[in-house]
Amino acid sequence: MAITSAYRTRSDAVPLRSFRAKGRPSAIAGMGVYAPDKVITNFDLEKMMDTSDKWITERTGIHTRHIAEPGTTTLELATKAARAALDAAGITANDLDMILVGTSSPDGPFPSIACRIQDELDAPGAVAWDMLAACTSFVYGLATADSFIATERADNVLVIGAEVLSRMLDYTNRGTAVIFGDGAGAAVLRPAPDGAGFLAWCLGSDGRGYLQVTCGNKERGAYAAKDPTPFIEMEGPDVFKFAVDIFIRQANEVCATAGIALDDIDLWVPHQANFRIIDAAARRIGLPLDRVAINIDEYGNTSSASIPLALEEAIRKGRVKSGDHVLLAGFGSGLTWGACLMTWV
Amino acid sequence: MASALDFKDLQELAAEILGVEPDQVQLDKSFARDLAADSLDLVELIAAVEDKYDVELPEEELEKMKVIGDLWTFLEQKTAERLEA
Repeated sequence: MAITSAYRTRSDAVPLRSFRAKGRPSAIAGMGVYAPDKVITNFDLEKMMDTSDKWITERTGIHTRHIAEPGTTTLELATKAARAALDAAGITANDLDMILVGTSSPDGPFPSIACRIQDELDAPGAVAWDMLAACTSFVYGLATADSFIATERADNVLVIGAEVLSRMLDYTNRGTAVIFGDGAGAAVLRPAPDGAGFLAWCLGSDGRGYLQVTCGNKERGAYAAKDPTPFIEMEGPDVFKFAVDIFIRQANEVCATAGIALDDIDLWVPHQANFRIIDAAARRIGLPLDRVAINIDEYGNTSSASIPLALEEAIRKGRVKSGDHVLLAGFGSGLTWGACLMTWV
Repeated sequence: MASALDFKDLQELAAEILGVEPDQVQLDKSFARDLAADSLDLVELIAAVEDKYDVELPEEELEKMKVIGDLWTFLEQKTAERLEA
């Protein structure tokens, strides 16, 4: 099987697909997060590899990352975030119609983490499955949940993004080992009260860019190639360009579809991949950083968990008011991307 | 559509992204040494240049960019190619 040539951000860019929310509106009714207690600082990393606090801070904006103890399961992190989200939404596990888990670091091929959580929560009956869209998984999960609620096939949906990426890191690769962290975030989606809920979506993928972010054997995949140590690898500059570009295009696309101006975004919650990516995109979108949720300094890039970790923190700090326009935006390996605009409950 | 290049436009774009004064952006200035640009600043600048001038700078070209003049020469070549086309 041939490995295709490098993905080019500009000439390979595809038109974006976007759509307005239809049917019964849904909204986030509660959120929960969890990150392991153990924190690794840049100074800790200086002792482990050829890097420095200055280099990491200047290029990524990351100061610390939460790292799970060896042997910790993604399930443990996901379940803690899930319980907190159920509490915040004021529902019990028995009320759930669906459980969706976005993860790129499952504990094994199957059964799904979603089914394991279902067992942990004692919520038999709900439809439960995992979905893999790398760092975009959480947004794809929200979109799926919204579709089922919109068509009245579900009332209460639990969407989780959970990762233990530390077990996929090569601690001799300073380009990736310093960036990623572990964590989990969850949201409960329910039918929205009047005037609130999701307004528009922009979702897409482009498999031609599959080499940009990989984990394990690039040609056949870690399982097929029996790769004993699948590690995260990234084409840094290419991903940077793609990320900035897709953030800007998605923001424009989703706002145009919803019929609101970019300036009417009260809070932008981007995937926390790199502060420099967020900063560059925010400047070109025209959003001041006080309208951007950023916590990559503490958590690093936690893939599917990064958007819920940043959104939950913004809610907890009182940065989101009823009626605010909140834009979530992700991108990731695949390539995949997804954004949604909502009016906060 | 190809039109004449104006060095002032590039000066302003580079100054905005690299956080320097437009006057500091001169052909002989090194990205790293004179303008304190790291690898990501350069990628961001290239992305903005690609956007503004509707060109594409391949990865291998990026590695050759040492001074502002290298970027300017690249843009001049691209514009010349378009005028011929």
